Amino acid sequence: MKKIEAVIKPFKLDDVKEALNEIGIQGMTVSEVKGYGRQKGHKEIYRGAEYVVDFVPKVKIEIALKSDRVEEAVKIIREAAKTDNIGDGKIFVSPLEKVVRVRTGETDEDAL
Amino acid sequence: MNSSDIVFMFVSTSFVMFMIIGLALFYGGLVRARNILSIIAQCMICIGLVTIIWILYGYSLVFGSDVFGFIGNLDFLFLKNVGQDAGPHADNIPHILFCMFQLMFAAITPALITGAFAERMKFKAFILFTFLWSTFVYFPIAHWVWGGGWIGTHGGLDFAGGTVIHINSAVAALAGAIAVGKRKGWPVEQIKPHNLGVTFLGAGILWLGWFGFNSGSALAANGVAMNAFFVTQIAASASALSWMAVEWKIHGKPTVLGLASGAVAGLVAITPASGFVSAFPALLIGLVAGVVCFYAVGLKARFKYDDSLDVVAIHGVGGLWGALATGLFASLEVNPSGADGLFYGNPSLFVIQLADNAAVIVYSMIVSLIIFKIVDLLIGLKVSPEEENAGLDISLHGEKAYN
Repeated sequence: MKKIEAVIKPFKLDDVKEALNEIGIQGMTVSEVKGYGRQKGHKEIYRGAEYVVDFVPKVKIEIALKSDRVEEAVKIIREAAKTDNIGDGKIFVSPLEKVVRVRTGETDEDAL
Repeated sequence: MNSSDIVFMFVSTSFVMFMIIGLALFYGGLVRARNILSIIAQCMICIGLVTIIWILYGYSLVFGSDVFGFIGNLDFLFLKNVGQDAGPHADNIPHILFCMFQLMFAAITPALITGAFAERMKFKAFILFTFLWSTFVYFPIAHWVWGGGWIGTHGGLDFAGGTVIHINSAVAALAGAIAVGKRKGWPVEQIKPHNLGVTFLGAGILWLGWFGFNSGSALAANGVAMNAFFVTQIAASASALSWMAVEWKIHGKPTVLGLASGAVAGLVAITPASGFVSAFPALLIGLVAGVVCFYAVGLKARFKYDDSLDVVAIHGVGGLWGALATGLFASLEVNPSGADGLFYGNPSLFVIQLADNAAVIVYSMIVSLIIFKIVDLLIGLKVSPEEENAGLDISLHGEKAYN
């Protein structure tokens, strides 16, 4: 089992969700986050005071899935989230030790 | 008595009352989301508390018979002799209406000061400050200019309160910014306005209210009142554009906050001049106000005082420019009961304006500093760092604006 965390541009969330649905990956957790990588922040001006805002709003999606589906899922997320501009985001994949479904108590792959 | 004047003054008075609400929104949008209610609470205190002290003794200290040019006597204490008949200061409207119109000016002035120590002042301290400051600073100065005191009688001109309200409040604001001290993190951390839409709504209400503020200062529905109405619009528009233009040039973007701030700066600058100058001087007054006030905002960073919402730059510098411009552009053609200014062949008015305003600045600064010191000793001026971090809304008022 693996966990995919993808940090993407907020307006790409629906595209990514639809694309994952189409290949049968359902269920995700979404959070609104801020961060920066190579993309520079922007400048804001309030009564002549200039502020450089480094942290850019992003959306982070988290998906838990079977290991054999990871390559496909990463490819789909990347295709859907891409705008070819700096700041498109990053995808992180990590091993997942244990999963429990709260309602039934099923564990691991049964719980995915 | 003149019923048109009565209706006109009733409307003008109501407009000025609404300005205080506009001010609460203008300032409220400029602070962080956790402090907007503290701004509203302070503005409400100004309305409530000043109304009460005004009817007890404030009106009498300003408009009672003159004592040594400095203060009014106690003729109108507890509103004695203030009734439905006309009073000594306006023979065309009921005395109580005159009293209420002037009350609105007394109430909005301490509210203007709040911008300087926004986001960090103790509420109890603010209440005591408002009481003391109205009594020992606003009432005497309003008497000097409008109540028969030394400035009005020797010919100083202040049509609607450039000196009494704007310069006076801005000087107290500077004293307050120094006395209360900086906000935590200023100027290193980014402290940004939380809702510029609200700020714009407030600026719009101020603009509308200012029509009553300036026109109503004619105390009658006449040509001078409509002159004030007209030049108020011109100066505010010109100043909004000139502030935007200079900001655009320097920072690369024309901001809405710049447009709103410029409009308010223009409204401030035209206030003392509105009953004395014609349209094209008003245009110039506005254009200059937007540029000068824009640059004045930079002073606080240079001199390290946290005048959080730029009361000094907008009301102080804008007010001073307006007071001096009155000495330049005032014309007897506009208002026979005024005077000619420097450009109409009378340089002495300019000198009078300069001297009067210098006196007001000195008096207001000294007494305001003393009052802040007294309040500091009795109550303390600033909230604790924990309260400041949590925001004044939750820590002082037990509520949040946004849930």
